[in-house]
Amino acid sequence: MALRAMLVSIIESLGDFRIVEAANGFEALRLLPREHVDLIFTDINMPDINGLELISYLRNNPNYQHIPVVIISTEGSQSDIEKGRMLGANEYIVKPFECADLKSIIVKYLDDRQG
Amino acid sequence: MTDNNPLTNKAVRDFLAEAEEIVEHLGSELADLADSADGGDIDPDLLNSIFRGAHSLKGLAGMFGFAGISELAHNMENLLDWLRLGKLKLDAGVVAVLLESHEVLLSLVRSLSEGEHNEHDEKISACAARINACLEEPSRDAAQASPLEALGLSEQVLKSLTEYEEHRLLENLSKGKNIFSVHATLDLATFDQELARISDAIKTCGEIISTLPSMSSNLETNIDFDILAGSALAFDEFLLATLHDNVTLTLLSGGRQSSAPPATAAKGSAGSRPESPKPAEPPATPAVPASAPDTPAAAAPSLSAKSISRTVRVDIGKLDELMNIVGELVLAHSSIATLAERLRSERFSQMAVELGKSAKMLERKLTDLQKGVMDIRMIPVGQLYEKMSRIVRTISREQGKKVELLFYGADTELDKLIVEDISDPMMHIIRNAIDHGIENPEKRLAAGKDEKGVIKISSFQKGNHVVIEVEDDGGGIDIDKVKARALQRGFVQDPSAVSDKEALEFIFLPGFSTTDQVSEVSGRGVGMDVVRNNIAAISGMVDIETTQGLGTRFIITLPITLAIIKSLIISCAGRTYALPVTSVLESLILTGRDINTVERREVTQLRDTTLPLLRLEEFLCLSRRSARPDEFYVVVVGVAEKRLGIVVDELLGQQDIVIKPLGEGFRRFPGIAGAADLGDQRTILVLDVGGMINDTMRSGS
Repeated sequence: MALRAMLVSIIESLGDFRIVEAANGFEALRLLPREHVDLIFTDINMPDINGLELISYLRNNPNYQHIPVVIISTEGSQSDIEKGRMLGANEYIVKPFECADLKSIIVKYLDDRQG
Repeated sequence: MTDNNPLTNKAVRDFLAEAEEIVEHLGSELADLADSADGGDIDPDLLNSIFRGAHSLKGLAGMFGFAGISELAHNMENLLDWLRLGKLKLDAGVVAVLLESHEVLLSLVRSLSEGEHNEHDEKISACAARINACLEEPSRDAAQASPLEALGLSEQVLKSLTEYEEHRLLENLSKGKNIFSVHATLDLATFDQELARISDAIKTCGEIISTLPSMSSNLETNIDFDILAGSALAFDEFLLATLHDNVTLTLLSGGRQSSAPPATAAKGSAGSRPESPKPAEPPATPAVPASAPDTPAAAAPSLSAKSISRTVRVDIGKLDELMNIVGELVLAHSSIATLAERLRSERFSQMAVELGKSAKMLERKLTDLQKGVMDIRMIPVGQLYEKMSRIVRTISREQGKKVELLFYGADTELDKLIVEDISDPMMHIIRNAIDHGIENPEKRLAAGKDEKGVIKISSFQKGNHVVIEVEDDGGGIDIDKVKARALQRGFVQDPSAVSDKEALEFIFLPGFSTTDQVSEVSGRGVGMDVVRNNIAAISGMVDIETTQGLGTRFIITLPITLAIIKSLIISCAGRTYALPVTSVLESLILTGRDINTVERREVTQLRDTTLPLLRLEEFLCLSRRSARPDEFYVVVVGVAEKRLGIVVDELLGQQDIVIKPLGEGFRRFPGIAGAADLGDQRTILVLDVGGMINDTMRSGS
């Protein structure tokens, strides 16, 4: 939870973004049809469905397959991150990360949409 | 070295609040793990949870700059990751390393909370070295050629398995379990409950390896899931256990004991019965890019492994302060209300009525505020249970006894302070139960009981009280031994005249102990008298019920909160006292003729029972200037099953009061709970009903 809160505050400090938080994979699945989402951050190790499963679902669903996905995970899960990339994750960030990394990703994916 | 910078201190406090909880939880889970390591089979969920705990602690400590704790947690996390992925076997050595690392973590966190800031470098590096030694020699027996292809898993499922899930899948296969694919088509609006139901059903007979959401044919209203599960059951049995609407089941693997051929089955509307023995694949979908969104800013659900908890940690001292302020507001309000009343009687009518209205309004809001603050203080008793389970484990191991702990009513809520104060007495009762109650395994088997003893802790709300029961299925208390001991100690002259119930009360007397050898566990110079006193200090009561050979039950009755209480203001011999309304059942008006004397004690007939009476003036040794009134009041009070009529002169009304302690000097005066301010600069004593009842029962026997 601490990480999610931190992530939210960092993103908020980077610009006027609306942030929707999901505590786990199921919550994310429920939020998706209701929210208009432009960028998704996800961890890999989650209690119900894992991040890879979430990405697989997103990439196979025409409604969501265009949404960029960023994996945020620990250095220990290199092979999982690699799998995530194969499934179609756009970027990954390894914890502990620098604000600058996050900023460049947000700029990359969200500025495109505004333009 | 102490740091006086308040900012740093606050950061330390914030850190500690969360870290202590994690470390404590880790401790109980590691103890569980140690237990299951003895048995051989390790619960993967448990291992995962411990892994996540170490991970959270690492992150937390890192964020607050406690490098030592973070480093140690990081090392533990690595070790746990290896265990989790099957790269390392959990043997006694690894368990010892984990437990030792946890000890060090605990001492690090403790020393921080005591204001020390040294980071025990040697200890951390020693632990890290031991952990790394484990990691240097991986046991290779888990590394085998991947038989995953043989399962015919769909590409999609295979691709989204994490390293860990892959390991679990292999582990299940190597144990000869069957691997099933459960395909469910669920309503998008309710899928989480439905899926939980299906998952629970699967968990009763196997392990869920992965849950892959996939697109349903109707993607606006439905969502599909492919659950991969391992189970020792054959296809038909597994099907029966997991029967659910809209679920299709496929057997993927032939485990060793599988007799059934690959088969699939479906119940409900979802599927046709015979289906090819491969998992239901998500329908292939053409990539249709959705139109580019045109809203400017972005939103993103950010996901995290940590469970959500919408809570704020607050120092209990702050709540006390808040409660005090609320208490003073309540008092301020009652003086305004009195003023309004007086104005009205003195005919400032219009203004008086308006003032009265405002006072009423204020009262309503105050009640809300009071309730709100009170609610914040409430915590579930379950927090206590966690501590107890650790104690039970430690003691039962020391004693060589097998004990199972069962909990009921973990969500019963109690004031935080009461929960804190009850934890020591409960710990003592539980120690006693293991030490004196539960027999050793041989003795239990001889008595025809399961060799594993059971301690059951249950809690529930009963009116304005919360009852916590600690029950063991041990040998019970030997009443004859208790009586003999009481005779020996000089508590009683003729033990045969004492009823069994009365005899049990001796246990709570100072200097009483029935075991001849004082064990390391119970014999710490703390007797049941201290337990009773500690419980009485929070206006609670403790009772015992016991059956020889079958076990003992301790019943602790506690008030829900101590903060603000409604009280009945009474007067006796010209003095004013408060009685907590929570314990008041009713009041009667009696005259001298209604009182009878039985065995030199005054009683009165209340419906079909005999109610013992207590004259407050005698109890408190008050001297009367004028004669007793002909008509007087009896306030019937009760705690747990006990009833007592308190004889007073007058009832003056109800009022909210905040009980303040009298200070150390008056602590041991039975029957007085504390003092309270009545709001008109008068301070009165608050009577302790539990204490009065105990005292009366004791002097009677």
